[in-house]
Amino acid sequence: MKIGDLTELAVRNLREAILRNSLTTLGVAVGVASLVAMLSLGVGLQQFASQRLANSGLFNAIFVASRYNAGEYERRSRQNQPADSSTPARPLDESARREIAGLPNVNEVYPEIRFMTEIRYNDKPYPTMVAGMPDSARTDGAFDGMQGKFFSGPNADETILQIEFAKELSAQPSALIGKDLVLRYAERQALPAQGASKTASAGNRDESSVGGGFSVVPHEEKLRIVGIISTEPEGGFGAFGRSRVFIPLAVAETLSATQVSDLRDVLNGSSKTSSYASLTARVKSPTQVPQVEAAIKGMGFTTFSLLDTTRNLRLFFTVIDLLLGIFGSLALAVATLGIVNTLVMAILERRREIGVFKALGADDRDIKQLFFAEAGVMGLVGGIGGVALGWLIGKGVTLGTNIYLSRQNLPPVNISAVPLWLALGAIAFAIVVSLAAGLYPASRAAHLNPVEALRYE
Amino acid sequence: MSQGNNGVAIHADNVSRHYQMGAALIRAVDDVSLSVGAGEFLALLGSSGSGKSTLLNLLAGLDRPTAGAIVVRGRNLAEMDTHELARYRSLTVGMVFQAFNLLPRMTLEENVELPLRLAEVDRADRAARVREALEHVHLEKRLAHRPSELSGGEQQRAALARALVNRPTILLADEPTGNLDSATGEEIMLLLKSFNQSMGMTIVMVTHERPLAERFAHRIATVADGKLISVTTKPATECNHENR
Ligand SMILES: Nc1ncnc2c1ncn2[C@@H]1O[C@H](COP(=O)(O)OP(=O)(O)O)[C@@H](O)[C@H]1O
Ligand SMILES: [Mg+2]
Repeated sequence: MKIGDLTELAVRNLREAILRNSLTTLGVAVGVASLVAMLSLGVGLQQFASQRLANSGLFNAIFVASRYNAGEYERRSRQNQPADSSTPARPLDESARREIAGLPNVNEVYPEIRFMTEIRYNDKPYPTMVAGMPDSARTDGAFDGMQGKFFSGPNADETILQIEFAKELSAQPSALIGKDLVLRYAERQALPAQGASKTASAGNRDESSVGGGFSVVPHEEKLRIVGIISTEPEGGFGAFGRSRVFIPLAVAETLSATQVSDLRDVLNGSSKTSSYASLTARVKSPTQVPQVEAAIKGMGFTTFSLLDTTRNLRLFFTVIDLLLGIFGSLALAVATLGIVNTLVMAILERRREIGVFKALGADDRDIKQLFFAEAGVMGLVGGIGGVALGWLIGKGVTLGTNIYLSRQNLPPVNISAVPLWLALGAIAFAIVVSLAAGLYPASRAAHLNPVEALRYE
Repeated sequence: MSQGNNGVAIHADNVSRHYQMGAALIRAVDDVSLSVGAGEFLALLGSSGSGKSTLLNLLAGLDRPTAGAIVVRGRNLAEMDTHELARYRSLTVGMVFQAFNLLPRMTLEENVELPLRLAEVDRADRAARVREALEHVHLEKRLAHRPSELSGGEQQRAALARALVNRPTILLADEPTGNLDSATGEEIMLLLKSFNQSMGMTIVMVTHERPLAERFAHRIATVADGKLISVTTKPATECNHENR
């Protein structure tokens, strides 16, 4: 039989037992829908998570530390071997920072600057932790959904407040934007005092080396509030963690406020060559992290990146997708049994009809194809319906999640996605599964003995 | 009458169809040899259970003999594969049954179109072929009706149209009047006779009614217990149209 006649007859046969076949098709649709919903959640979650992670800036960051700070002494004294490579350990100083910044694919190299300080607003003191933000944070997405805007420039005397801190300052945090506050901090000055100003740029660290020590001088800096963020920016290895006031990194560096690491410099005797406790190198994309990391290691530093974590994360999501797929497939497997059942019933009912078909010249293959066509049509219709249904379920779950999130004052997320490949794949899968389900009934129908089917009772 | 009497349409040669039922062997058809001439109207006469239908189904290619050969147009049905056998049923023979066997959910038009679909006849030609076949049985006005809306005689006429639509040369009828009253049965028999005469169609008709066989058939093959008892050419009283 020709394909047109086959589908015509198949559709009319399906319509003849419309209720039963609709229910069977609905079963397929529900099976496909559960599969699509599960996978769309898997895909959506993965997209959501990887986007969040990319935004977090965790995966294009390389944490650089001097080997001195990384237990190098301990290791060298314990075993009589040189540093783990031919390159000797070297201090993480200004020249190293410039050298790392000069490596290909490195966007930015910056130290972690964080210090305790006192904010004065409306003449009331508020002690808090201040962190310097690199300019790259502008695009990191850590500041997505902030009120106000990011620093107008890398050297702007501006600040961004964390919402909880802003609430402490004012009952109406959003009204703070545009207002000024005063930052009081302890300035580190070289000994002997060589000009007690903070006018010098980042180079003032070298000055401190002259005296082999420093003094701490209280200082003030007026800053304009330009933004308020509700989430805590991540920015790599908790560098900005638990800080509640953010200022441009370059500004923070010029302040040369006393930091935690200064004390360590003194203790390990390296203060004569003032160095950074650590630097963060931002690479253009996570894929370039390994090369850059190797280059920095080659320069004689210890590095750390989260690349291995992403690999594990990908594995995690593959396993999640697999599990979701298996659960989704279970419903489809049940639906498959529905198809088998429906078609086997149809054979029993249509025994005589099959006999007549054969008497009128139908081949075994015609009968087989007819049953296949019926299974295929159920698969196609069920597949299309299932994709639509699954998409709706995913949307529903996303909607529900977002209603919940908005109650918690959190930004909306999109955790469900039905990409074209998933939709088409699901429909194709439904057809293939339905045809497989039709395999046994079709061959049984084809081998029906027409003489017995037609015997007059 | 173009085919004349000289050709042989079907030749059955020592044909048997045995069924093994546990220990018992049922000889539904047992060593039957029979020739049906082209353009002949042959009646297979016998009591119930004598093996008439089994023999007819063998001639129709719906069943295969356990022994022997059935030769049609130089080809042995017993040696054909299932696909060739299906083509044979589709194009060379037409069948009608006691139970009519129209498909209840299809209209007459669709029922008659079915053999055309199976024979992969062009869609464009089908409507005309269906109409022509229904005209032969005077049902052209009932195209859109379903079998349940027809009388028994009309249903059997529709079944005849369906058997004819692929223009076969052989018509095999299994008790075609068995479900009909005598007047309606007569109608059907007259149609068969006209197909035999005007189209030269070879007809093999199974019946258990001797008078019917004697009135319409050229020859009567009598079957009992699966065996061919006799083949008689009846006096040409009713058969005045026999080819000369
Ligand atoms: N599939 C079968 N299995 C066993 N016996 C069968 C089968 N088909 C027919 N028979 C037997 O073969 C004999 C002839 O049957 P059938 O050809 O239908 O007779 P008729 O048409 O002359 O009434 C009967 O005894 C019947 O029981
Ligand atoms: Mg019979």
